[in-house]
Amino acid sequence: MSVLVPASLDDALAQLAADPSLHVLAGGTDLMVEVNMGHRRPPGILAVDRLAELRGWRHDEAAGTVRMGAGLTYAQMAGPAFAALVPALTEAARTVGSPQIRNAGTIGGNLGTASPAGDGLPVLSALDATVELASSAGRRTLSIHDYLLGVKRTARRPDELITAVTVPVLRGWQGYAKVGVRNAMVIATVSASLAVDTVGRTVRLSMGAVAPTVLRATEAEAWVAERVDWTGGALANAAATAAEFGRLAAAQARPIDDHRSTAAYRRHAVGVLAARLLRRAFPS
Amino acid sequence: MSEPTNLHYRLHVNGAEHDVADAWLGESLLYVLRERLGLPGAKGACEQGECGSCSVLVDGVLLCSCLVLAASAVDRQIATVEGLAPDGSLTDVQRAFLDEGAVQCGFCTPGLIVAVHDLLDANPHPSELEVREALSGNICRCTGYGRILAAVQTAAERRSEP
Repeated sequence: MSVLVPASLDDALAQLAADPSLHVLAGGTDLMVEVNMGHRRPPGILAVDRLAELRGWRHDEAAGTVRMGAGLTYAQMAGPAFAALVPALTEAARTVGSPQIRNAGTIGGNLGTASPAGDGLPVLSALDATVELASSAGRRTLSIHDYLLGVKRTARRPDELITAVTVPVLRGWQGYAKVGVRNAMVIATVSASLAVDTVGRTVRLSMGAVAPTVLRATEAEAWVAERVDWTGGALANAAATAAEFGRLAAAQARPIDDHRSTAAYRRHAVGVLAARLLRRAFPS
Repeated sequence: MSEPTNLHYRLHVNGAEHDVADAWLGESLLYVLRERLGLPGAKGACEQGECGSCSVLVDGVLLCSCLVLAASAVDRQIATVEGLAPDGSLTDVQRAFLDEGAVQCGFCTPGLIVAVHDLLDANPHPSELEVREALSGNICRCTGYGRILAAVQTAAERRSEP
């Protein structure tokens, strides 16, 4: 077994090009569990946690975007300056694990693992995020929807490193909600993120842990966009509209029974979360 | 580019340099601290970052040492519970835990001590909610947490006394 600790992104990409079987290690919150449990014995590990190129985040005011380095931790997403721009991602980050886990886990790791229950992924999906991948051959960007392919399956090639993810700064309410067995240290049983874009006049809802990847509730989105008074910012017949919004979202979910919950509960709960988020978005 | 080999790598722990030789490179920092460096303060229980009993500071950041790949922590400053106070003396947080009876079986205590130091160094006057949130990754199966929360408040009050 080898452990490589590259000092620069170029070094890391050269190492990956030379040996695409290297397993990328970021915060360790997924990989080290598998190693400790004996479920995985990677022949080689590329530790990217100290690459300066992957750190931090930047607000591009002209473009109206926030670009996050893949090494941005959940703790760093919880800061007030970040929360003012992408509040739903801050809410999601605050529900991850514990302080110890939020200090280690990264947005790039969330994308790399691509668990259906990953807390950041519904938000990135609702915001139509763009994932940036780099290899020694060059860079490319992919829509989050094209990047996530299935349960822990992504469009990342083995010689590529996730370097950044970019989201738009939207005008309008956005948030994240999650159901789990307790408040801390819990993987989502179901989750959902809702983002309102008052300029584009859309309501986006993405659901987590109810399908092989995060799933946009396209039917509920289209239906509810017709029922928002976009000039006044209000929702017609709010209670009934939220209930129907939740019903449409739940109908589109494709949950399964597993050790964490049942399909029936997940379908019910994701509808409740959808309705709840919509009422938070349009409280009047 | 540095490339640790299975022959040798070096860790900085509690201000001292430690050589790790002939170790499997997949070992967690927790395992290396306990089994190779003779520092058993960090405890191993869940091995998956859920219990907090292995909490340490790496470059001043609170982490579960079971989730840190030791061979990737070269060049990092690692602080364990053993390094918080000189041998034979107690930190103010350890003293407060004793005074409040916050220790029962003691297994979770080292991780809690490290986590409470991390909390109070950043937030000298935490509310009870902030304490509960800060310690949400440290599981205790004996005390019911009441005396632990009291110990944190005691340590915070003593720090603010003139």
